Amino acid sequence: MILRLIERTGVFLVSLAVSSVLVFAFMAVLPGDPARVALGVNASDEAVAELRQQFGLDRPLPTQYFDWLGGLLHGDLGTSYVSKVAIGPQVFDRLQVTLWLVVAGMIIALLVAVPAGTLMAARHRKLSGLALSAVSQVGVAVPAFLAGILLIVVFAVKLGWLPANGWTPPAQDPGMFLKQLILPALSLGLVQGAVLTRYVRSAVLDVLREDYLRTARAKGLRPFQALWRHGLRNAAVPVVTVLGLQLATLLIGAVVVERVFVIPGLGSLLLDGVSNRDLLLVQDVVMVLVLAVLLVNFVVDLLYVALDPRLRTAS
Amino acid sequence: MKSSFRIRAVAFVASAAVLALTACSAGSSTSSGSSPGGDQKLSIGLVAEPASLDFTTTDGAAIPQALLGNVYETLVKQDDSGKIVPSLAKSWTVSPDRKTYTFDLVDNAKFTNGKQFTANDAVFSINRVKTAWTTSLKAAMDVVSGAKALSPTQLQVTLAKPSNDWLFRMTTRIGAMFSESGVSALATDPVGTGPFKFSKWNRGDSIVMVRNDDYWGSKPFFQQVTLKYFKDATALNNALLTSTINVIGTVQAPEALSQFTSNSKYQVIEGTTNGEVLLSFNNSRPVFKDLRTRQAIRMAIDHKALLDTCWAGRGKLIGSMVPPTDPWYEDLTGVAPYDLAKAKSLLQASGAAGKTLRLRLPTLPYATSCGQVVKSMLEQAGLKVQIDQLEFPAAWLTTVFKNADYDMSIIAHVEPRDLGAVFNAKYYTRYDDPTLQGYLAAADVGDEAAQIDNMKKAARRLSEQAAGDWLFLIPNLIVADKDIKGLPTNAITENFDLSKLTR
Repeated sequence: MILRLIERTGVFLVSLAVSSVLVFAFMAVLPGDPARVALGVNASDEAVAELRQQFGLDRPLPTQYFDWLGGLLHGDLGTSYVSKVAIGPQVFDRLQVTLWLVVAGMIIALLVAVPAGTLMAARHRKLSGLALSAVSQVGVAVPAFLAGILLIVVFAVKLGWLPANGWTPPAQDPGMFLKQLILPALSLGLVQGAVLTRYVRSAVLDVLREDYLRTARAKGLRPFQALWRHGLRNAAVPVVTVLGLQLATLLIGAVVVERVFVIPGLGSLLLDGVSNRDLLLVQDVVMVLVLAVLLVNFVVDLLYVALDPRLRTAS
Repeated sequence: MKSSFRIRAVAFVASAAVLALTACSAGSSTSSGSSPGGDQKLSIGLVAEPASLDFTTTDGAAIPQALLGNVYETLVKQDDSGKIVPSLAKSWTVSPDRKTYTFDLVDNAKFTNGKQFTANDAVFSINRVKTAWTTSLKAAMDVVSGAKALSPTQLQVTLAKPSNDWLFRMTTRIGAMFSESGVSALATDPVGTGPFKFSKWNRGDSIVMVRNDDYWGSKPFFQQVTLKYFKDATALNNALLTSTINVIGTVQAPEALSQFTSNSKYQVIEGTTNGEVLLSFNNSRPVFKDLRTRQAIRMAIDHKALLDTCWAGRGKLIGSMVPPTDPWYEDLTGVAPYDLAKAKSLLQASGAAGKTLRLRLPTLPYATSCGQVVKSMLEQAGLKVQIDQLEFPAAWLTTVFKNADYDMSIIAHVEPRDLGAVFNAKYYTRYDDPTLQGYLAAADVGDEAAQIDNMKKAARRLSEQAAGDWLFLIPNLIVADKDIKGLPTNAITENFDLSKLTR
């Protein structure tokens, strides 16, 4: 158990280090000079050179990389080239917005996927199971942004029940916050839910075929009781793994959904940063996203062990 | 127009091409006649959020659009018809040699940090353009050789040589008046004398401005105006349809207008802008050295059909680099009328027929859609056209604008009075024409009549020489709740004047 923990931590840290090099390298080869974008096209070469120096872009790449990394390790994300404002607090504010979306989306996905997937597995030979299966297939095929646009057209523009876009922090106006959260969270959650449903279904199907479940049935438990008491916990192991991977796609999906719903989250910060060639900001945001994804996978690895005692002895 | 370089077109140019569309104008400070409307609020949907609030060091049209005229004021400004009228300067005189300007300033203007506005602030602001500004626009101030305060309300500015253009540029952002004690945090805390005070910037979402109750002129109607930024045309439209905003300041997708024109809850305003959509030629390429080739391209394009296809028929055909709101506008669409047969024979004669031209387009809606039409029209005339999409702004800026690595491109030049800036040997058009430069120089130093006369000659010269092709003028398209008044018909200045809006 301890060994496994150390091993996983090692993998996590190495991945993080490698990612930081990759992220930095990609920014370095991205075309477009931040100084020129900031100054406008007719800026003289001297003015551009001066600003590059101010930004520190004239230093050797390794120096720039280690300065950036050093800052990150101290929790200092630097100052934006364009807005001249500290990046750290901005990223933190935006991250909170995106986290609300992701968490709400995940909850909706689970609320959809666990019952629907279980039902589909339990009834996989019946018409109701097949029908559910077909519906989930459609859900898988729909991208989150399209779901978002459809939801807006129906619930905001046609019916006028919910706002089409915007964001209010929960502390400022909880009612408005919920109203504005519903549609984007649904567009993320329904799509993710559809994907997750398929995994829940196959996990539960696998469990249904296990000997211990037959034994439970033989003891006199009804099918759903057996599944509830003995099956679901075991079915959860593969599902949790997928859930971790899904969280990563959910984060990416949030970036797109933020644009459709005009939500000032991490995704819109990233897009603005790219178009303004605010490279430091882009580097920081991408790194935060990478960290989030790696962290989730790390936690999933640990959860995996917690859920399945067999894995504790395996290593 | 000595330096032609104020055009920073780019970032600007496009950032939105459409973006700038909004502006409008000015009007004299005493005109509006509206009384403050209590605590009423207004929300305006725009595209392209500013990257910073400091237009002295960051380029782009979004910052002056929000702040100029609303938070910062200039000595002189443009009225709706393009005329230069008083603002912080009540009046001004020009010496007979046209090199000394004496401005009489208003005596009751105050900065929002409490400081009185005086001639010393004007001197400070003018000098600061040369010393502290970094964007290329600052070059327009180069012609100033000295500025001094004759009294708290009298300012004298001396030019190194006569320049009509200088006074005009004083209506733009470089003429903005700052307080010496208010420039420490321009990027986050703008301090000006305008009818609105900057209140709050929710990054990624909106900028909030509130009425300046100490304003020296007539006070705005709305207590609070929110500029809300959208990156997506559909989201912008939906926001108006669901009453999240009251005004779409810059329509991004004219083909989607019908949902508003068919609904009596909304009004649609259509006017003109300074945004000439230019099919630019790289005049330094051998293929464009031959006048016949350039003319042939202009004649091969059916401009009316093109406008209908790629911008839903909204916009105006102009035929040269002058919008109808400039005093020297003439309709020059007849210089190179659509004539496919003639275009074909000109191309044969010049030997360009069958050649491949590289049309490098920025990733902007109008450029992408019009580029396809241009390609098919030119191919009918016997040219081959290869389209490349370049990400805007960064990639397009570097490749086309900075390095002139292109044959043709399409971009809206939204700067006001930018004819001389766009067509010269140093600009990406690489258009080297001493005759044109002669007209422009004469226009800048002469009196008003000479200016108009020479600018007309310059515009006609461009059109006859086919230095590029003007596809159309971007329309000023605004959609708003029916009861909003004071919206600008034409968008000819850098700012979106919020002080004239009423309900």
